[in-house]
Amino acid sequence: MSVIALTINGTRHTVDVPPMKRLLDVLREDLHLTGTKEGCGEGECGACAVLLDGELVNSCLVPALQANGTRLCTIEGISTDGRLHPVQQCFLEEGGAQCGICTPGMILATQHLLDKHPHPTLEQIQEGLAGNLCRCTGYMRIFAAVQAAAARAGR
Amino acid sequence: MAQPSLSDYPLPIPLGAGLRNKMSKSINLLGSSPLRKEGRAKVLGEARYVDDISLPGMWFGATVRSTVARGVIRSITFGEAIDWSQYVVVAASDIPGDNTIVHLTKDHPCLAHKQVNHPEEPILLIAHSDKAALLAAVRSIHIEYDELPGVFTIEESEAAVENNDATRIIWDGSDAGGTANCFKQYTMYSGVAAETEDGLATAFEQADFIVEGEYQTGAQEQLYIENNGVIAECFRDAAGAVESVCVRGSMQCPYYLVHALTLVFNLPPERCRVIQTETGGAFGGKEDFPSVIGSHAALLAMKSRHPVKIVYDRAEDMAATTKRHPSRTRHRTAVSKDGKLLGGTIDFAIDGGAYATLSPVVLSRGTIHAPGPYNWPHLRVRAKAMATNLPPHGAFRGFGAPQSIFGLERHMDKIARVLGLSAEEFRRRNFLTTGDKTATGQVLSEPVDMQHLLTRALGEAGYHEKLARFKEENRTSPIKRGVGFASFMHGAGFTGSGERRLNSVVTLHIMPDGCPQILVSSTEFGQGTNTILCQVAAQTLGVEYDDVVIAQPDTSVVPNSGPTVASRTAMIVGKLVERASQQILDALRTHSALPAAHTAEQFKACAQVYLAGHGSLQTSVRYEPATQIYWDDDLYRGDAYPAYAWAVYVVEVAVDTNTYMATVTRFDALQEVGKVLHPVLARGQVEGGVAQGIGYALYEKCMWKDGRMTNNQMTNYIMPTSADLPPIHVHFEETPSIHGPSGAKGIGELPMDGPAPAILNAIQNATGIAFNTIPLLPEDIFERFTSFQFLGHGGSEELDPATDRDTRVEVPA
Repeated sequence: MSVIALTINGTRHTVDVPPMKRLLDVLREDLHLTGTKEGCGEGECGACAVLLDGELVNSCLVPALQANGTRLCTIEGISTDGRLHPVQQCFLEEGGAQCGICTPGMILATQHLLDKHPHPTLEQIQEGLAGNLCRCTGYMRIFAAVQAAAARAGR
Repeated sequence: MAQPSLSDYPLPIPLGAGLRNKMSKSINLLGSSPLRKEGRAKVLGEARYVDDISLPGMWFGATVRSTVARGVIRSITFGEAIDWSQYVVVAASDIPGDNTIVHLTKDHPCLAHKQVNHPEEPILLIAHSDKAALLAAVRSIHIEYDELPGVFTIEESEAAVENNDATRIIWDGSDAGGTANCFKQYTMYSGVAAETEDGLATAFEQADFIVEGEYQTGAQEQLYIENNGVIAECFRDAAGAVESVCVRGSMQCPYYLVHALTLVFNLPPERCRVIQTETGGAFGGKEDFPSVIGSHAALLAMKSRHPVKIVYDRAEDMAATTKRHPSRTRHRTAVSKDGKLLGGTIDFAIDGGAYATLSPVVLSRGTIHAPGPYNWPHLRVRAKAMATNLPPHGAFRGFGAPQSIFGLERHMDKIARVLGLSAEEFRRRNFLTTGDKTATGQVLSEPVDMQHLLTRALGEAGYHEKLARFKEENRTSPIKRGVGFASFMHGAGFTGSGERRLNSVVTLHIMPDGCPQILVSSTEFGQGTNTILCQVAAQTLGVEYDDVVIAQPDTSVVPNSGPTVASRTAMIVGKLVERASQQILDALRTHSALPAAHTAEQFKACAQVYLAGHGSLQTSVRYEPATQIYWDDDLYRGDAYPAYAWAVYVVEVAVDTNTYMATVTRFDALQEVGKVLHPVLARGQVEGGVAQGIGYALYEKCMWKDGRMTNNQMTNYIMPTSADLPPIHVHFEETPSIHGPSGAKGIGELPMDGPAPAILNAIQNATGIAFNTIPLLPEDIFERFTSFQFLGHGGSEELDPATDRDTRVEVPA
């Protein structure tokens, strides 16, 4: 077992876990942050995406040890005081969430994309979200949500 | 090739005016797009899926599966390195009731007892308090088999029957309504059988051309992002006997699982409680399969005396659960030189896997959709579902129709080519229209206008201009571009007498604050059930959308409104919600002086007055067809569906002759689905279905070895990503139907039907080569390009064995 200290959504946490335990399981099982989802367990689908020191990572591929001393942002850290973040609001309004299981990862990927490209081109949106699979939407409403969120942030 | 830009994508789409905020009474709620009911919880990450739920004292379960396709279990050895006293193990002998997962028949065992019939067949279940302790234990169990020969394709299964090869008769069928290796057969005639046979004989004699073709489709994985999962509990009476079971989990049809549990546990339905949790995609993959995993978890809960969770990982879910049935369609068609269909025979076969499960009904929908939206003076469809030693295939959006429609819509393009007519003109000469009879003898009493749909769809897509331009550009470009389309229909609701048998019930309940609550077993799994049913209730009752609540599907609370399948929820269940709402309204008008025109506040106030006087206000309504619907199961004729959605999908493709990659570069989907209840959700349904259809045609290939899926990972089973999809333009026509609320019909499955044939039609236009099998991967295109001389022009006008090796043309003397 290893003691892992990390900051999640602005709060410091310490957990005592096997060093190779997946960050995804640390979040879900040890810290009860179940907004981060498992889709494939092999880094293909992006349902478990979180921001680790600002970088978009698949938490199913990150051993706990590697998260020691990092700052994490998960879906639980996107809204403030129960108020939806503009990205969340746009996913809701534009139909970007259907079954919702890919949505937390998709929203974090969008957040990461808009940090890098506040006014993304289509190619940047497609590339920025290409690591996040959605089986429901065909992505069109998700593109609309990203575009709307970018427009809202630009106002 | 010009890359699409952001402006090519149909973004953003307008929302219903004012509905982002508060709605006012003056707005028509149906046809607007209020926010998805459970959407806020989903974007916050607060929605609770089954794997997010933990019960006190909960254990975890795993499944020990067969490693061979077919064989007799000789021995089971438990590894000595494992302390088995910490585990609970369930075998077939532990099952208190029938060892069966009931669907239509009882041939499918809950756990294999003596023999296995497909790879990954469940044999044992194990549970432990620590999830991490399961894998080593599963791996330490060694099962030996006396292997038996297996059959792995439709052709091998047929050959065993034809050759009378008893060693390869893998399914008996005598007590499950089938025949050797065949779960079900149908013969569907467009008229009285003998007269149709005579008519066919004459048609083939008098035909100017007879065109034959064969078309094949592969298995497809539903690939919902949330794997199958459940949590089960078992409750005992004071004497320790099993009193009841409760299963919660990811599923489409809670009452299907109730039915399965009643047999496995030999308990009455009221003691088998099922609760649907938030469901992360389904597409049919959670229609029949939850009966398996739900029964398994409940058995472990019974024996361990703990709640037990089973959640599959991706590899197990892909290898062991249901997929779309592979198919083969053979057409033989008599046509006149002026482009009329004179008669045809269609032989449709699907691979059902090792047990019957839902194959007879999948076959039925595939059979009825095989003739498409065309007039067939004489038609015979023979259909069969064959047994193979693959894991059972099951429900997947479209349910047999995408398979037979693929064959038909490819074949229609081929016939047009033989006749020297355009694909458009040939279809125009044969379309069904209002008042015509379908191939099952159903009179189309509601308006149908395929001519207009085709005109509009081709116009929206710029089809004619592109047809001419690409032909010219293709002469010099290494990128061959083409356009193609498919025209099709999809029936809404259960087939034939199905809705009458389902006999669905919806309950509407008024809560103490005067707000209505909808009680249905219809489930939300992304498609919008919660939202549209609340819209229907709010609109009919004259209350705010936000006032209406929909209960979590829990069979101890909600009535059986039927399974959430078959494009039936908006039309059938929506209509029941509308009728229940009208009854509540009538009661309040009669007993509480609710004025004819009322505000939401007046409604709630009157409802509270009613509750004060009468104690409760609740109504339940049962399905009644809007008009006489008659279906004859024996003759297989009559009104196959209450209503149909009609569509024309147009596709533009680019085939790169350097990489042999075919890419869809634009998609136009036009459909007539009756009243569009919620434009944003409806577009989302179409776009998502089109994306799955593009995957079905060009990306998604299940690789099999001796009945086992070998690419059971997202790494090597490829579904379309955001970078792979073209702009998808969705267009609606709305012709209200009397069968649905405010005229709505079904929409869920329709978009799965059209993309694959339209794409292959476009590829033929681009390359001149006829591809007749999906999935069509670059290696398949490579093989055809390199084994035959490439013609180098945009579409050949005549059949040439070099370009079409699956089609045969006869010119009767």
